[in-house]
Amino acid sequence: MIRQLAALGRSGLAFSARLGRANLLMLGMLAGVPAMLRRPRLLLEQLFSVGVLTVLIIAVSGVFVGMVLGLQGYYILSRFGAEATLGVMVAASLVRELGPVVTALLFAGRAGSALSAEIGLMKSTEQLSGLEMMAVNPQHRVLTPRLIAGILSMPLLAAMFSMLGVYGGWFVGVGLLGVDDGTYWAQMQSQIDWNEDILNGVIKSVVFGVVCTWIAIFQGYDCVPTSEGVSRATTRTVVHSSLAVLGLDFVLTALMFN
Amino acid sequence: MSKTTQLELLVGAFMAAGFVALFFLAMQVSNLGTVNSGDSYPVIARFDNIGGLKVKAPVTLAGVEVGRVLDIYYDAEDFRAVAVLGIYSQYDNIPDDTFAKILTAGLLGEQYVGLDPGGSEDVLKADSEIAVTQSALVLEEVIGQFIYGRAQEGAN
Repeated sequence: MIRQLAALGRSGLAFSARLGRANLLMLGMLAGVPAMLRRPRLLLEQLFSVGVLTVLIIAVSGVFVGMVLGLQGYYILSRFGAEATLGVMVAASLVRELGPVVTALLFAGRAGSALSAEIGLMKSTEQLSGLEMMAVNPQHRVLTPRLIAGILSMPLLAAMFSMLGVYGGWFVGVGLLGVDDGTYWAQMQSQIDWNEDILNGVIKSVVFGVVCTWIAIFQGYDCVPTSEGVSRATTRTVVHSSLAVLGLDFVLTALMFN
Repeated sequence: MSKTTQLELLVGAFMAAGFVALFFLAMQVSNLGTVNSGDSYPVIARFDNIGGLKVKAPVTLAGVEVGRVLDIYYDAEDFRAVAVLGIYSQYDNIPDDTFAKILTAGLLGEQYVGLDPGGSEDVLKADSEIAVTQSALVLEEVIGQFIYGRAQEGAN
């Protein structure tokens, strides 16, 4: 009994210590922003590996999610004779919810796990300590460009996802099922608001970008420096990011669209 | 092409594609491209019942959008709802005896304000008031009146 209580307390203490380390790491990375701006090359390389390499999976899933929305939306809306609002349904669900959320989940799987594994391996092969030996701050040199690249990439990826999704829904709705082309776009334009819908979606994806990249970098930086530790860190990155994205999405939606 | 320029090119293309997507969302998907951001002048219309009219609902004349509802509030003195209609400045020749009514787009669609121009020589100006209005059709009231009418017929 006492032992179980002690274990509970230990895990609670370990949790708050991890939370503290995560916040200190965030502060450390933010302090490295001015140094990074002097060497934009580092950011460019990370934008490539975090952003550009994620485009393909985002684009393909965006098109297919949009096509599914077009099919399902048409099926349900045609029961009420409201096929004309298909464009609104597809666009609203994409820019408000699916764009930011699915992009963040895919980002966590594609880029977040890679970030964790890379940083974890750097730690276990003592490259980070090596940098410190050379009087280079590894947080500023290695981690800050990755964080900023993640934060910059996520809203752009989410916008691409939404755009391709709208075209996917257009392809199914207008191309295959015979919804009128003009109605699809006109209804969408009259119902979707720039501030209300699209900017809030962009804010969401920026928040998700911070959270996903932060979790990925922290898990890699904080891992046990063994091969097993790196593998667990990678797993935890995907699990924690996904849960954080879904939970935060509820909170943000409640705040924005109430 | 060296490896460095290729990296820069790809990252540049990625950023450009992202901003193009955002621009597309702004112009093609949302109302930013179609919204009339020009000046408008406020006109007041009092309704007994505005039904489900919302701020930013369109104001139409002959089916063409000539403005947006700017504000809706309740006037405690005469127990009526006041809708402030922002009419776009280019439509400056609407007669001041114009008739405003709240209509519904489709059976279940959103509600909007429809204007029927009158024959007056004077035109609506900023802060002038539309005198003749027709309230929104509330379905329960219509059905209620219908049933009441039938009951009256049955009694006679």
